[in-house]
Amino acid sequence: MKNWLMGIAAVGAMLFGTTVAEAGRDLDQIKQRGTLRCGVQGPSNPGFGVPNAQGVWEGFNVEICRSVAISIFGDPTKVEFVPVTTQSRFPALTNGEVDMLSNNTTWTLTRDTGVNRFNFPAIVFYDGQSVMVPRRLNVTSAKQLNGATVCVQPGTTTELNLSDFFRQNNITFRPVVIEALDELRRAYDQGRCDVFTNDFAALAAQRTLLTNPRDHVILPERISKEPLGPTIRQGDEELTNLVAWTVFALIDAEEFGITKANVDQVAATNTDPRVRRLLGVEPGMGAAIGAANENWARTIIKTYGNYGEIFDRWLGPSTPLALERGQNNIWTKGGLLYAPPAR
Amino acid sequence: MNAPMPTPLNVRSLSFVRGETLPQMPPPDDVRLSLSRRVARTYFGSPANAAITIGCILVLAWLLPPLLNWALFKATWTGNATACREAGGACWSFIREKFWFSVFGLYPFELRWRPGLVLALFAGMVAISVQQRFWSIKLIYAWVAALAVMWGLMGGNVLGIPVPGLDPVPTRLWGGWLVTIFLAVFGAALAYPIGIVLALGRRSQRPFVRLVCVCWIEFIRGVPLISLLFIATFIVPLFMPTGVELDRLIRAQIAFIMFAAAYMAEVFRGGLQAIPKGQYEGADSIGLNYSQKMRLIVLPQALKITIPAQVNTFIGMFKDTTLVLIIGIFDFFTTLRSSLGDANWLGFATEAYVYAAAVYFVCCYAMSQYSQRLETTLNEGQRR
Repeated sequence: MKNWLMGIAAVGAMLFGTTVAEAGRDLDQIKQRGTLRCGVQGPSNPGFGVPNAQGVWEGFNVEICRSVAISIFGDPTKVEFVPVTTQSRFPALTNGEVDMLSNNTTWTLTRDTGVNRFNFPAIVFYDGQSVMVPRRLNVTSAKQLNGATVCVQPGTTTELNLSDFFRQNNITFRPVVIEALDELRRAYDQGRCDVFTNDFAALAAQRTLLTNPRDHVILPERISKEPLGPTIRQGDEELTNLVAWTVFALIDAEEFGITKANVDQVAATNTDPRVRRLLGVEPGMGAAIGAANENWARTIIKTYGNYGEIFDRWLGPSTPLALERGQNNIWTKGGLLYAPPAR
Repeated sequence: MNAPMPTPLNVRSLSFVRGETLPQMPPPDDVRLSLSRRVARTYFGSPANAAITIGCILVLAWLLPPLLNWALFKATWTGNATACREAGGACWSFIREKFWFSVFGLYPFELRWRPGLVLALFAGMVAISVQQRFWSIKLIYAWVAALAVMWGLMGGNVLGIPVPGLDPVPTRLWGGWLVTIFLAVFGAALAYPIGIVLALGRRSQRPFVRLVCVCWIEFIRGVPLISLLFIATFIVPLFMPTGVELDRLIRAQIAFIMFAAAYMAEVFRGGLQAIPKGQYEGADSIGLNYSQKMRLIVLPQALKITIPAQVNTFIGMFKDTTLVLIIGIFDFFTTLRSSLGDANWLGFATEAYVYAAAVYFVCCYAMSQYSQRLETTLNEGQRR
């Protein structure tokens, strides 16, 4: 049904020409409206985007949206959060209900090039399907799981990736298929299956809810690649640049050791030209990406901190999700986060 | 012209009148039993009854203690998620934490007095409307006025005219109970007259009118509500001229009304067909025209006999409102599902669903009870 509905929306969009590419069109529209419409995952996504008890959206993806708003307007409050579901996200982006998705959408070839024609300016989170097993099984690699019973959600790419992985490695498994994640976790907790599979971040969240979280390990294999990042309509190079450089600024800031606490001091005293350009002490970069002002990166870091700080606040060890940085560490610390230099 | 007074019955002219009372008889066996004998007879009267009773008691004894233990004795009423997990029972403090979010949804926190006032006004209007003595055309005017006030309070503007002193709040931030109630009540209120018109249209002698009504009803009934909402949300904007933007909540509300109207039309058509032909012919024979015939003779009967089916449709519609998540609006149920994703409160889905079930049950049961009362009072003449 998802594809069918997306198809209708896409055909409609083509017939009525709403996706005709004009440079800067989307960004102009956002500026004219005065707010960025940001699609977040509804009803919610633990750690990434959840409305708090006062109805205010919070989380990792939410702060990415707010950072982009700082780049565009110099003001993190100029965001409208529009909850979208996995079914409605692409039609909503196509027809302009939202300007940007920040809801853990995976960057794939067909999404980048197909009828939808989206752009993925940057990756903010490297996710991937993983498997969790009880520690007592003494399993160190997913390839040792021949004949295992696996708890898996039906009808998702998760199920497909799983069978692909087992087929590639010439091993077999018996699926235990349950739709609701809560039920699935309970089944695993009660020992109805040996293995629990889902995307890494979701799996880590589920692990915290097991009777004895310490008795379970998430194996190092990622049996799929799920690079997640903000998604926008194709055809607006200015907006693409702006979103990309907002993310890059967060990553570069962590690499240079610029934090929420020390950003003003760094701006005042640091002599590294790369840092001075990024923070707008030496102007030019803000104008180049079309930001509201030269202080864009400095304001973002002062408001939310660098990439690592945002990660730690919502997903890191001090949160209930307790995700390790892993692939989501900067490249100098063994992760995959590598941002081009600001110059 | 005075009607002649009926003559009182002359008792003495009858041939036989009993002069003395009959001797008192004991009450029949099935009334006036002592409590213990009544219980014994009802629950253990036959071997089959006894077996069923004992079976039920065993099932209750097996189910109730763990349930009560979970829901009451080991439950946590205040405290955070850790306290809940340690106690091991139900975590009602989770519901307590998220309660106001489930009432108001994403509505700005500091402005929540506005939807609060709207809820109070709405409750007052409902309390008045359910009483038959207030049923008149004035009530409809009162509702229109109340609707304008509610809309003004919620959104800070009425039909685009800003209300002084109130900040505008876009409809995408409305949520919780309010959206659920709004969609259901206004959906039902508007679907009712449209449904009647469609039902009459479907039985019309004019082919064109009939065709239009049949197409509407069959198209809508053949399409799931969720795709109607999808069309209203994502396809309709593509057809609208540039610059014209109809609010999303209103688009969804229109989709709801169209959907409910199609179903109501079929309910009413059932009622119309159940009215005996003699009623139509009787109306014709005393010279009533079409509108008089329908208004005075046919519809009052048809609407009355279809009350159970109408309530069925309304209850179904009330529960369907939760599909508005598709357009990014957080209705009551969605706010709870959203709260389940709070990393600090992971894993309390059962409590949330129990709470949701309780709220839906109270609303639907109230509707059902009210309809039964209405049926009794309206159907005085046909009660058996």
